[in-house]
Amino acid sequence: MEMETPLTMNIRPGRRPPDIAAYEKNGGYRAVRKALKGMAPAEVTGAVKDAGLKGRGGAGFDAGQKWSFVPMGEDAPHPKYLVVNADEMEPGAFKDRLLLEGDPHQLVEGAILAAYAVQAEVAFVFLRWEYRLAARQLKQAVAEAYSRGLLGRNIIGSGFSLDLYLHISGGRYICGEETGLLNAIEGKRANPRSKPPYPQTSGLWGKPTVVNNVETICNIPHIVNNGAGWFKGLSRSAEGGTKIYGASGRVRSPGAWELPMGTTLKEVLEEHAGGMQEGYSLRGLLPGGASTDFLTPAHLDVKMDFGSVEAAGSRLGTGTIIVLDDRSCPVGMVLNLERFFARESCGWCTPCWGGLQFIVQLLGDIEAGRGRMEDIDMLASLAGMLAPGHTYCALAPGAAEPLASALRFFREDFERHVHQKRCPWKHA
Amino acid sequence: MEIEAAMAPYPVRQAAAIDALRIVQRHQGWVSDEAIAELSKLLEMPIAELDGTASFYNLIFRRPVGRHVILACDSVSCWLMDSKKLMSHIAGCLGVDPGRTTADGRFTLLPVVCLGACDRAPAMMIDEDLHTNVDPDRIGEILDKYE
Repeated sequence: MEMETPLTMNIRPGRRPPDIAAYEKNGGYRAVRKALKGMAPAEVTGAVKDAGLKGRGGAGFDAGQKWSFVPMGEDAPHPKYLVVNADEMEPGAFKDRLLLEGDPHQLVEGAILAAYAVQAEVAFVFLRWEYRLAARQLKQAVAEAYSRGLLGRNIIGSGFSLDLYLHISGGRYICGEETGLLNAIEGKRANPRSKPPYPQTSGLWGKPTVVNNVETICNIPHIVNNGAGWFKGLSRSAEGGTKIYGASGRVRSPGAWELPMGTTLKEVLEEHAGGMQEGYSLRGLLPGGASTDFLTPAHLDVKMDFGSVEAAGSRLGTGTIIVLDDRSCPVGMVLNLERFFARESCGWCTPCWGGLQFIVQLLGDIEAGRGRMEDIDMLASLAGMLAPGHTYCALAPGAAEPLASALRFFREDFERHVHQKRCPWKHA
Repeated sequence: MEIEAAMAPYPVRQAAAIDALRIVQRHQGWVSDEAIAELSKLLEMPIAELDGTASFYNLIFRRPVGRHVILACDSVSCWLMDSKKLMSHIAGCLGVDPGRTTADGRFTLLPVVCLGACDRAPAMMIDEDLHTNVDPDRIGEILDKYE
Protein backbone atom coordinates (compact mmCIF):
# COMPACT_ATOMS: atom_id res chain seq x y z
CA MET A 1 0.00 0.00 0.00
CA GLU A 2 1.21 3.46 -0.82
CA MET A 3 2.33 5.47 2.15
CA GLU A 4 -0.12 8.18 3.17
CA THR A 5 1.19 11.73 3.30
CA PRO A 6 -1.76 13.81 4.47
CA LEU A 7 0.23 16.97 5.30
CA THR A 8 1.93 17.23 1.93
CA MET A 9 -0.61 15.66 -0.43
CA ASN A 10 -1.38 19.05 -2.00
CA ILE A 11 2.25 20.14 -2.20
CA ARG A 12 4.06 19.88 -5.53
CA PRO A 13 7.60 21.21 -5.79
CA GLY A 14 7.80 24.32 -7.94
CA ARG A 15 4.01 24.59 -8.26
CA ARG A 16 1.77 27.25 -6.76
CA PRO A 17 -0.25 26.08 -3.74
CA PRO A 18 -3.92 25.20 -4.27
CA ASP A 19 -6.30 28.16 -4.15
CA ILE A 20 -9.47 27.76 -2.13
CA ALA A 21 -11.40 26.11 -4.97
CA ALA A 22 -8.67 23.53 -5.61
CA TYR A 23 -8.20 22.99 -1.87
CA GLU A 24 -11.94 22.37 -1.35
CA LYS A 25 -12.05 20.06 -4.36
CA ASN A 26 -9.41 17.88 -2.66
CA GLY A 27 -11.51 17.62 0.48
CA GLY A 28 -10.37 20.86 2.10
CA TYR A 29 -12.56 22.60 4.72
CA ARG A 30 -14.57 19.38 5.06
CA ALA A 31 -13.23 19.10 8.63
CA VAL A 32 -14.38 22.65 9.43
CA ARG A 33 -17.90 21.86 8.19
CA LYS A 34 -17.92 18.58 10.12
CA ALA A 35 -16.70 20.10 13.39
CA LEU A 36 -18.50 23.44 13.44
CA LYS A 37 -21.85 21.93 12.42
CA GLY A 38 -21.72 18.59 14.14
CA MET A 39 -19.18 18.43 16.97
CA ALA A 40 -18.96 20.15 20.34
CA PRO A 41 -15.63 21.93 21.01
CA ALA A 42 -14.81 19.30 23.64
CA GLU A 43 -15.27 16.58 21.01
CA VAL A 44 -12.65 18.21 18.79
CA THR A 45 -10.23 18.41 21.72
CA GLY A 46 -11.12 14.82 22.58
CA ALA A 47 -10.31 13.63 19.06
CA VAL A 48 -6.91 15.32 19.16
CA LYS A 49 -6.24 13.90 22.63
CA ASP A 50 -7.21 10.39 21.51
CA ALA A 51 -4.88 10.72 18.53
CA GLY A 52 -2.02 11.52 20.92
CA LEU A 53 -0.76 14.31 18.66
CA LYS A 54 2.51 15.57 20.10
CA GLY A 55 3.47 19.18 19.41
CA ARG A 56 5.69 19.42 16.35
CA GLY A 57 7.52 22.61 17.36
CA GLY A 58 10.20 20.69 19.20
CA ALA A 59 9.03 20.08 22.76
CA GLY A 60 6.60 17.30 21.86
CA PHE A 61 3.96 18.26 24.41
CA ASP A 62 0.58 16.57 23.88
CA ALA A 63 -1.51 19.05 21.85
CA GLY A 64 -4.93 17.93 23.08
CA GLN A 65 -3.75 18.10 26.66
CA LYS A 66 -2.42 21.62 26.06
CA TRP A 67 -5.85 22.69 24.84
CA SER A 68 -7.58 21.04 27.79
CA PHE A 69 -5.97 23.55 30.20
CA VAL A 70 -7.89 26.43 28.60
CA PRO A 71 -10.80 27.60 30.77
CA MET A 72 -14.08 26.77 29.04
CA GLY A 73 -17.72 27.62 29.60
CA GLU A 74 -19.61 30.83 30.25
CA ASP A 75 -17.37 32.03 33.06
CA ALA A 76 -14.18 31.74 31.00
CA PRO A 77 -12.35 35.02 30.39
CA HIS A 78 -12.71 36.51 26.91
CA PRO A 79 -11.43 37.06 24.33
CA LYS A 80 -9.39 33.89 24.10
CA TYR A 81 -6.56 33.64 21.62
CA LEU A 82 -4.99 31.07 19.35
CA VAL A 83 -1.45 31.73 18.13
CA VAL A 84 0.16 29.71 15.36
CA ASN A 85 3.91 29.72 15.86
CA ALA A 86 5.34 30.12 12.35
CA ASP A 87 8.59 31.67 13.54
CA GLU A 88 10.75 28.69 12.45
CA MET A 89 14.16 30.06 13.44
CA GLU A 90 15.79 26.94 14.84
CA PRO A 91 19.03 26.59 12.87
CA GLY A 92 18.74 23.59 10.58
CA ALA A 93 14.91 23.66 10.52
CA PHE A 94 13.00 24.29 7.29
CA LYS A 95 9.95 22.03 7.58
CA ASP A 96 7.32 24.67 8.38
CA ARG A 97 8.43 26.70 5.36
CA LEU A 98 7.34 23.72 3.21
CA LEU A 99 3.85 23.68 4.75
CA LEU A 100 3.42 27.46 4.75
CA GLU A 101 4.49 27.94 1.15
CA GLY A 102 2.98 24.71 -0.15
CA ASP A 103 -0.52 24.56 1.33
CA PRO A 104 -1.55 27.68 3.27
CA HIS A 105 -5.26 26.73 3.36
CA GLN A 106 -4.38 23.61 5.35
CA LEU A 107 -2.93 25.90 8.01
CA VAL A 108 -5.96 28.21 7.96
CA GLU A 109 -8.31 25.22 8.27
CA GLY A 110 -6.28 23.80 11.16
CA ALA A 111 -6.30 27.18 12.89
CA ILE A 112 -10.10 27.47 12.59
CA LEU A 113 -10.49 24.01 14.15
CA ALA A 114 -8.02 24.67 16.97
CA ALA A 115 -9.69 28.01 17.72
CA TYR A 116 -13.11 26.31 17.73
CA ALA A 117 -11.86 23.62 20.13
CA VAL A 118 -10.75 26.19 22.73
CA GLN A 119 -13.43 28.74 21.69
CA ALA A 120 -10.93 31.44 20.76
CA GLU A 121 -12.31 34.49 18.99
CA VAL A 122 -9.00 35.79 17.67
CA ALA A 123 -6.10 33.97 16.02
CA PHE A 124 -2.66 35.25 15.11
CA VAL A 125 -0.18 33.60 12.80
CA PHE A 126 3.25 34.70 14.08
CA LEU A 127 5.43 34.56 10.97
CA ARG A 128 9.12 35.40 10.67
CA TRP A 129 9.72 38.30 8.26
CA GLU A 130 12.16 36.33 6.12
CA TYR A 131 9.38 33.99 4.90
CA ARG A 132 8.19 36.49 2.28
CA LEU A 133 6.61 33.94 -0.07
CA ALA A 134 4.77 32.31 2.82
CA ALA A 135 3.43 35.73 3.87
CA ARG A 136 2.02 36.35 0.39
CA GLN A 137 0.46 32.88 0.16
CA LEU A 138 -1.06 33.15 3.63
CA LYS A 139 -2.53 36.62 3.01
CA GLN A 140 -4.17 35.29 -0.13
CA ALA A 141 -5.51 32.19 1.64
CA VAL A 142 -6.89 34.22 4.56
CA ALA A 143 -8.62 36.65 2.18
CA GLU A 144 -10.17 33.73 0.27
CA ALA A 145 -11.33 32.10 3.51
CA TYR A 146 -13.00 35.35 4.62
CA SER A 147 -14.73 35.72 1.25
CA ARG A 148 -16.20 32.20 1.53
CA GLY A 149 -17.47 32.79 5.06
CA LEU A 150 -14.88 30.43 6.60
CA LEU A 151 -13.45 33.24 8.72
CA GLY A 152 -15.18 36.22 10.32
CA ARG A 153 -18.65 36.43 11.86
CA ASN A 154 -20.81 33.33 12.15
CA ILE A 155 -18.63 30.94 10.15
CA ILE A 156 -20.75 28.88 7.70
CA GLY A 157 -23.81 29.67 9.80
CA SER A 158 -22.45 27.78 12.82
CA GLY A 159 -22.62 30.67 15.27
CA PHE A 160 -18.85 30.47 15.78
CA SER A 161 -16.82 33.57 14.88
CA LEU A 162 -13.08 33.93 14.39
CA ASP A 163 -10.79 36.67 13.11
CA LEU A 164 -7.37 35.59 11.89
CA TYR A 165 -4.46 38.03 11.58
CA LEU A 166 -0.92 37.70 10.32
CA HIS A 167 1.75 39.15 12.64
CA ILE A 168 5.08 39.56 10.88
CA SER A 169 8.00 39.31 13.31
CA GLY A 170 10.73 41.90 13.74
CA GLY A 171 13.31 39.10 14.07
CA ARG A 172 15.21 37.28 16.90
CA TYR A 173 15.26 33.54 17.63
CA ILE A 174 13.76 34.00 21.09
CA CYS A 175 10.43 35.03 19.53
CA GLY A 176 9.86 31.33 18.88
CA GLU A 177 9.74 30.67 22.64
CA GLU A 178 6.02 30.73 23.32
CA THR A 179 5.94 33.38 26.06
CA GLY A 180 8.59 35.51 24.32
CA LEU A 181 6.34 35.30 21.29
CA LEU A 182 3.41 36.63 23.29
CA ASN A 183 5.45 39.63 24.43
CA ALA A 184 6.47 40.24 20.81
CA ILE A 185 2.82 40.33 19.72
CA GLU A 186 2.11 42.78 22.56
CA GLY A 187 4.74 45.14 21.12
CA LYS A 188 7.31 44.51 23.85
CA ARG A 189 10.81 43.05 23.96
CA ALA A 190 10.49 39.31 23.45
CA ASN A 191 11.87 38.28 26.85
CA PRO A 192 10.26 35.01 27.90
CA ARG A 193 7.88 35.17 30.84
CA SER A 194 8.16 33.35 34.12
CA LYS A 195 5.91 30.27 34.22
CA PRO A 196 3.45 29.59 35.79
CA PRO A 197 1.05 31.07 34.90
CA TYR A 198 1.00 29.24 31.57
CA PRO A 199 -0.40 30.91 28.45
CA GLN A 200 -3.47 28.65 28.45
CA THR A 201 -4.75 30.54 31.49
CA SER A 202 -2.86 33.84 31.17
CA GLY A 203 -1.38 34.56 27.77
CA LEU A 204 -1.90 37.53 25.45
CA TRP A 205 -2.99 40.52 27.55
CA GLY A 206 -3.61 38.10 30.43
CA LYS A 207 -6.26 36.16 28.52
CA PRO A 208 -6.32 32.40 27.83
CA THR A 209 -4.04 31.69 24.87
CA VAL A 210 -2.92 28.57 23.05
CA VAL A 211 0.31 28.56 21.05
CA ASN A 212 0.76 25.73 18.53
CA ASN A 213 3.41 25.07 15.89
CA VAL A 214 2.56 25.14 12.16
CA GLU A 215 3.00 21.39 11.64
CA THR A 216 0.89 20.62 14.73
CA ILE A 217 -1.93 22.81 13.40
CA CYS A 218 -1.72 21.24 9.92
CA ASN A 219 -2.43 17.82 11.46
CA ILE A 220 -5.75 18.90 12.98
CA PRO A 221 -8.01 18.79 9.88
CA HIS A 222 -6.87 15.24 9.11
CA ILE A 223 -7.48 14.04 12.66
CA VAL A 224 -10.96 15.58 12.66
CA ASN A 225 -11.76 13.95 9.30
CA ASN A 226 -10.26 10.52 9.86
CA GLY A 227 -10.08 9.92 13.59
CA ALA A 228 -7.54 8.76 16.14
CA GLY A 229 -7.31 5.16 14.88
CA TRP A 230 -6.35 6.27 11.39
CA PHE A 231 -3.82 8.76 12.79
CA LYS A 232 -2.11 6.14 14.93
CA GLY A 233 -2.00 3.78 11.97
CA LEU A 234 0.10 6.23 9.97
CA SER A 235 3.01 5.76 12.34
CA ARG A 236 5.68 3.12 12.85
CA SER A 237 5.95 3.75 16.56
CA ALA A 238 3.89 4.31 19.69
CA GLU A 239 3.48 7.98 18.69
CA GLY A 240 0.91 8.64 16.01
CA GLY A 241 0.94 10.36 12.67
CA THR A 242 3.48 11.31 10.08
CA LYS A 243 6.42 13.64 10.64
CA ILE A 244 8.15 16.01 8.31
CA TYR A 245 11.80 15.08 8.54
CA GLY A 246 14.64 16.93 6.90
CA ALA A 247 18.37 16.67 6.32
CA SER A 248 21.00 19.31 5.65
CA GLY A 249 24.78 19.31 5.44
CA ARG A 250 26.97 17.18 3.14
CA VAL A 251 24.31 14.65 2.11
CA ARG A 252 23.63 13.94 -1.58
CA SER A 253 20.02 15.17 -1.64
CA PRO A 254 19.23 17.56 1.19
CA GLY A 255 15.51 18.12 1.62
CA ALA A 256 12.37 17.53 3.66
CA TRP A 257 10.07 14.51 3.48
CA GLU A 258 6.81 13.51 5.14
CA LEU A 259 7.31 9.99 6.50
CA PRO A 260 5.70 7.78 9.12
CA MET A 261 6.53 8.88 12.67
CA GLY A 262 9.23 6.51 13.92
CA THR A 263 11.13 6.20 10.64
CA THR A 264 14.76 5.43 11.51
CA LEU A 265 17.60 7.91 11.20
CA LYS A 266 19.23 5.50 8.77
CA GLU A 267 16.24 5.43 6.43
CA VAL A 268 15.94 9.23 6.41
CA LEU A 269 19.63 9.73 5.75
CA GLU A 270 20.28 6.89 3.33
CA GLU A 271 17.04 6.40 1.40
CA HIS A 272 15.71 9.95 1.34
CA ALA A 273 18.79 12.15 1.67
CA GLY A 274 20.75 9.77 -0.57
CA GLY A 275 23.61 9.13 1.87
CA MET A 276 26.75 11.20 2.18
CA GLN A 277 28.26 13.15 -0.69
CA GLU A 278 31.23 11.58 -2.49
CA GLY A 279 34.37 12.01 -0.41
CA TYR A 280 32.58 12.70 2.87
CA SER A 281 31.68 10.33 5.67
CA LEU A 282 29.30 10.70 8.60
CA ARG A 283 30.85 11.85 11.88
CA GLY A 284 27.76 12.79 13.85
CA LEU A 285 24.42 14.52 13.60
CA LEU A 286 21.98 16.75 15.42
CA PRO A 287 18.63 14.95 15.01
CA GLY A 288 16.30 17.91 15.40
CA GLY A 289 17.95 21.28 15.00
CA ALA A 290 20.70 23.25 16.73
CA SER A 291 19.41 22.74 20.27
CA THR A 292 19.55 18.94 20.32
CA ASP A 293 22.31 16.61 21.52
CA PHE A 294 24.70 15.06 19.00
CA LEU A 295 24.14 11.46 18.00
CA THR A 296 26.72 9.34 16.16
CA PRO A 297 26.78 6.68 13.40
CA ALA A 298 26.22 4.12 16.20
CA HIS A 299 22.70 5.57 16.59
CA LEU A 300 21.49 5.13 13.00
CA ASP A 301 18.91 2.51 13.96
CA VAL A 302 17.19 4.91 16.36
CA LYS A 303 13.58 5.61 15.44
CA MET A 304 12.86 9.28 14.90
CA ASP A 305 10.05 9.75 17.41
CA PHE A 306 10.09 11.76 20.63
CA GLY A 307 10.41 8.79 22.99
CA SER A 308 13.03 6.86 21.01
CA VAL A 309 15.34 9.81 20.38
CA GLU A 310 15.10 10.78 24.04
CA ALA A 311 15.99 7.23 25.07
CA ALA A 312 19.04 7.51 22.82
CA GLY A 313 20.16 10.62 24.74
CA SER A 314 18.97 13.42 22.48
CA ARG A 315 15.69 15.03 21.40
CA LEU A 316 13.57 14.72 18.26
CA GLY A 317 13.18 18.51 18.31
CA THR A 318 12.04 19.69 14.90
CA GLY A 319 13.02 16.41 13.21
CA THR A 320 15.32 18.22 10.78
CA ILE A 321 18.71 16.50 10.89
CA ILE A 322 21.97 18.45 10.64
CA VAL A 323 24.81 16.24 9.43
CA LEU A 324 28.41 16.68 10.60
CA ASP A 325 30.83 15.24 8.05
CA ASP A 326 34.42 14.11 8.66
CA ARG A 327 35.88 17.09 6.80
CA SER A 328 34.27 19.66 9.13
CA CYS A 329 35.73 20.37 12.55
CA PRO A 330 33.44 19.37 15.45
CA VAL A 331 34.89 22.16 17.62
CA GLY A 332 34.26 24.66 14.84
CA MET A 333 30.69 23.44 14.48
CA VAL A 334 30.01 23.73 18.21
CA LEU A 335 31.59 27.21 18.20
CA ASN A 336 29.22 28.20 15.40
CA LEU A 337 26.24 26.84 17.38
CA GLU A 338 27.21 28.53 20.66
CA ARG A 339 27.89 31.86 18.91
CA PHE A 340 24.37 31.65 17.62
CA PHE A 341 22.91 30.97 21.08
CA ALA A 342 25.05 33.68 22.69
CA ARG A 343 23.91 36.25 20.13
CA GLU A 344 20.26 35.24 20.39
CA SER A 345 20.10 35.11 24.21
CA CYS A 346 17.59 37.77 25.24
CA GLY A 347 19.92 38.87 28.04
CA TRP A 348 17.52 38.30 30.92
CA CYS A 349 19.03 35.34 32.84
CA THR A 350 22.70 35.49 33.88
CA PRO A 351 23.63 31.81 33.34
CA CYS A 352 22.41 32.23 29.76
CA TRP A 353 23.92 35.51 28.59
CA GLY A 354 27.01 35.40 30.77
CA GLY A 355 27.60 31.67 30.51
CA LEU A 356 27.23 31.62 26.75
CA GLN A 357 29.66 34.51 26.27
CA PHE A 358 32.24 32.65 28.35
CA ILE A 359 31.59 29.43 26.42
CA VAL A 360 32.10 31.21 23.10
CA GLN A 361 35.37 32.69 24.36
CA LEU A 362 36.72 29.31 25.50
CA LEU A 363 35.63 27.52 22.33
CA GLY A 364 37.14 30.31 20.24
CA ASP A 365 40.44 29.92 22.10
CA ILE A 366 40.50 26.16 21.60
CA GLU A 367 39.61 26.44 17.90
CA ALA A 368 42.34 29.06 17.43
CA GLY A 369 44.96 26.84 19.11
CA ARG A 370 45.17 28.90 22.31
CA GLY A 371 43.18 26.47 24.46
CA ARG A 372 44.29 24.65 27.61
CA MET A 373 43.16 21.24 28.87
CA GLU A 374 41.39 22.84 31.84
CA ASP A 375 39.27 24.87 29.38
CA ILE A 376 37.66 21.63 28.25
CA ASP A 377 36.63 20.81 31.83
CA MET A 378 35.44 24.37 32.30
CA LEU A 379 33.22 24.01 29.21
CA ALA A 380 31.67 20.87 30.71
CA SER A 381 30.95 22.66 33.95
CA LEU A 382 29.49 25.69 32.14
CA ALA A 383 27.21 23.38 30.14
CA GLY A 384 25.94 22.10 33.49
CA MET A 385 25.17 25.68 34.56
CA LEU A 386 22.82 26.05 31.60
CA ALA A 387 20.68 23.13 32.78
CA PRO A 388 16.88 23.38 33.04
CA GLY A 389 15.72 25.30 36.10
CA HIS A 390 18.53 27.85 36.08
CA THR A 391 16.82 30.11 33.55
CA TYR A 392 13.26 31.20 32.65
CA CYS A 393 13.18 29.50 29.26
CA ALA A 394 14.65 26.61 27.28
CA LEU A 395 17.23 28.58 25.26
CA ALA A 396 20.08 27.89 27.69
CA PRO A 397 19.32 24.18 28.18
CA GLY A 398 19.04 23.92 24.39
CA ALA A 399 22.45 25.57 23.99
CA ALA A 400 23.94 23.12 26.48
CA GLU A 401 22.79 20.05 24.56
CA PRO A 402 25.11 20.17 21.52
CA LEU A 403 27.99 21.35 23.73
CA ALA A 404 27.76 18.68 26.41
CA SER A 405 27.25 15.90 23.87
CA ALA A 406 30.13 17.13 21.68
CA LEU A 407 32.41 17.03 24.73
CA ARG A 408 31.29 13.45 25.24
CA PHE A 409 31.55 12.17 21.66
CA PHE A 410 34.34 14.35 20.26
CA ARG A 411 36.49 14.87 23.34
CA GLU A 412 39.63 13.68 21.58
CA ASP A 413 39.07 16.28 18.87
CA PHE A 414 38.98 19.00 21.52
CA GLU A 415 42.18 17.57 23.03
CA ARG A 416 43.93 17.44 19.66
CA HIS A 417 43.30 21.18 19.26
CA VAL A 418 44.97 21.79 22.62
CA HIS A 419 47.93 19.46 22.00
CA GLN A 420 48.62 20.60 18.43
CA LYS A 421 47.93 24.26 19.28
CA ARG A 422 45.85 24.58 16.12
CA CYS A 423 42.70 23.28 14.45
CA PRO A 424 43.65 19.95 12.80
CA TRP A 425 41.07 20.66 10.06
CA LYS A 426 42.81 23.84 8.97
CA HIS A 427 45.77 23.04 6.77
CA ALA A 428 49.09 24.49 7.85
CA MET B 1 -3.19 56.22 8.49
CA GLU B 2 -1.24 53.10 7.66
CA ILE B 3 -0.17 52.85 11.29
CA GLU B 4 -3.70 53.38 12.61
CA ALA B 5 -4.85 50.52 10.37
CA ALA B 6 -2.12 48.26 11.80
CA MET B 7 -3.66 48.69 15.25
CA ALA B 8 -6.97 47.07 14.27
CA PRO B 9 -6.23 43.49 15.45
CA TYR B 10 -5.07 44.53 18.91
CA PRO B 11 -6.87 45.65 22.09
CA VAL B 12 -4.08 48.16 22.93
CA ARG B 13 -2.22 50.60 20.67
CA GLN B 14 1.25 49.54 21.88
CA ALA B 15 0.81 46.10 20.29
CA ALA B 16 1.20 47.70 16.86
CA ALA B 17 4.75 48.78 17.77
CA ILE B 18 6.58 46.33 15.47
CA ASP B 19 4.17 47.01 12.61
CA ALA B 20 4.56 50.76 13.11
CA LEU B 21 8.35 50.59 13.22
CA ARG B 22 8.36 48.54 10.04
CA ILE B 23 6.07 51.00 8.27
CA VAL B 24 8.44 53.85 9.17
CA GLN B 25 11.38 51.77 8.02
CA ARG B 26 9.70 50.99 4.72
CA HIS B 27 9.29 54.69 4.01
CA GLN B 28 12.53 56.04 5.47
CA GLY B 29 14.88 53.06 5.22
CA TRP B 30 15.57 53.05 8.97
CA VAL B 31 14.11 54.27 12.27
CA SER B 32 15.58 57.51 13.61
CA ASP B 33 15.38 58.92 17.16
CA GLU B 34 12.90 61.49 15.86
CA ALA B 35 10.70 58.75 14.43
CA ILE B 36 10.79 56.87 17.77
CA ALA B 37 9.67 60.04 19.58
CA GLU B 38 6.81 60.60 17.11
CA LEU B 39 5.68 56.97 17.20
CA SER B 40 5.75 56.81 20.99
CA LYS B 41 2.94 59.39 21.08
CA LEU B 42 0.91 57.52 18.51
CA LEU B 43 1.42 54.18 20.29
CA GLU B 44 0.87 55.70 23.74
CA MET B 45 4.03 54.21 25.19
CA PRO B 46 7.14 55.84 26.72
CA ILE B 47 9.99 56.71 24.33
CA ALA B 48 12.41 54.53 26.30
CA GLU B 49 10.12 51.53 26.12
CA LEU B 50 9.59 51.89 22.39
CA ASP B 51 13.34 52.28 21.89
CA GLY B 52 13.80 49.11 23.97
CA THR B 53 11.40 47.30 21.68
CA ALA B 54 12.94 48.72 18.49
CA SER B 55 16.49 47.83 19.48
CA PHE B 56 15.55 44.28 20.48
CA TYR B 57 14.57 43.09 17.01
CA ASN B 58 17.37 42.56 14.50
CA LEU B 59 15.25 43.42 11.47
CA ILE B 60 14.38 46.88 12.80
CA PHE B 61 17.26 49.17 11.83
CA ARG B 62 18.12 51.93 14.28
CA ARG B 63 20.93 53.19 12.03
CA PRO B 64 20.83 54.10 8.34
CA VAL B 65 21.31 51.21 5.93
CA GLY B 66 22.15 51.03 2.24
CA ARG B 67 19.62 50.93 -0.60
CA HIS B 68 19.86 47.14 -0.48
CA VAL B 69 20.30 44.98 2.61
CA ILE B 70 22.09 41.65 2.32
CA LEU B 71 21.19 39.13 5.02
CA ALA B 72 23.79 36.37 4.77
CA CYS B 73 23.09 33.26 6.86
CA ASP B 74 25.86 32.38 9.32
CA SER B 75 24.09 29.50 11.09
CA VAL B 76 25.12 25.89 11.26
CA SER B 77 23.79 24.24 8.08
CA CYS B 78 25.23 27.02 5.91
CA TRP B 79 28.46 26.89 7.94
CA LEU B 80 28.78 23.20 7.03
CA MET B 81 28.39 24.22 3.38
CA ASP B 82 31.20 26.77 3.57
CA SER B 83 29.23 29.94 4.23
CA LYS B 84 32.40 31.51 5.66
CA LYS B 85 33.83 31.58 2.16
CA LEU B 86 30.61 33.10 0.84
CA MET B 87 30.62 35.82 3.52
CA SER B 88 34.26 36.70 2.83
CA HIS B 89 33.59 36.84 -0.94
CA ILE B 90 30.64 39.19 -0.44
CA ALA B 91 32.68 41.33 1.95
CA GLY B 92 35.55 41.33 -0.57
CA CYS B 93 33.26 42.30 -3.45
CA LEU B 94 31.75 45.16 -1.47
CA GLY B 95 34.94 46.21 0.29
CA VAL B 96 33.23 46.31 3.70
CA ASP B 97 33.13 44.08 6.77
CA PRO B 98 29.89 42.37 7.87
CA GLY B 99 27.74 44.90 9.73
CA ARG B 100 28.83 47.79 7.47
CA THR B 101 27.44 49.82 4.60
CA THR B 102 29.34 50.54 1.39
CA ALA B 103 30.61 54.10 0.94
CA ASP B 104 28.25 54.65 -2.01
CA GLY B 105 25.28 53.66 0.16
CA ARG B 106 24.32 50.84 -2.16
CA PHE B 107 24.62 47.80 0.14
CA THR B 108 24.56 46.95 3.83
CA LEU B 109 25.94 43.50 4.67
CA LEU B 110 24.46 41.81 7.74
CA PRO B 111 24.97 38.31 9.11
CA VAL B 112 21.63 36.71 9.95
CA VAL B 113 20.40 33.59 11.73
CA CYS B 114 19.29 30.52 9.82
CA LEU B 115 16.96 31.49 6.95
CA GLY B 116 15.18 28.13 6.93
CA ALA B 117 16.60 27.16 3.55
CA CYS B 118 19.11 24.65 4.93
CA ASP B 119 18.47 22.14 2.16
CA ARG B 120 19.70 24.75 -0.34
CA ALA B 121 22.71 26.06 1.60
CA PRO B 122 24.46 28.41 1.54
CA ALA B 123 21.60 30.88 1.54
CA MET B 124 21.19 34.63 1.74
CA MET B 125 18.55 37.28 1.18
CA ILE B 126 18.95 40.54 -0.67
CA ASP B 127 16.02 42.79 0.23
CA GLU B 128 13.02 40.46 -0.12
CA ASP B 129 14.66 37.96 -2.48
CA LEU B 130 15.94 34.61 -1.25
CA HIS B 131 19.09 33.33 -2.96
CA THR B 132 19.99 29.68 -2.42
CA ASN B 133 22.84 27.32 -3.32
CA VAL B 134 24.88 30.48 -3.76
CA ASP B 135 28.21 29.95 -5.52
CA PRO B 136 30.72 32.30 -3.84
CA ASP B 137 32.55 32.72 -7.14
CA ARG B 138 29.43 34.10 -8.82
CA ILE B 139 28.48 36.60 -6.13
CA GLY B 140 29.37 39.54 -8.39
CA GLU B 141 26.70 38.53 -10.94
CA ILE B 142 24.03 38.45 -8.23
CA LEU B 143 25.05 41.80 -6.74
CA ASP B 144 24.99 43.43 -10.19
CA LYS B 145 21.21 43.02 -10.30
CA TYR B 146 20.79 45.43 -7.37
CA GLU B 147 21.47 48.99 -8.43
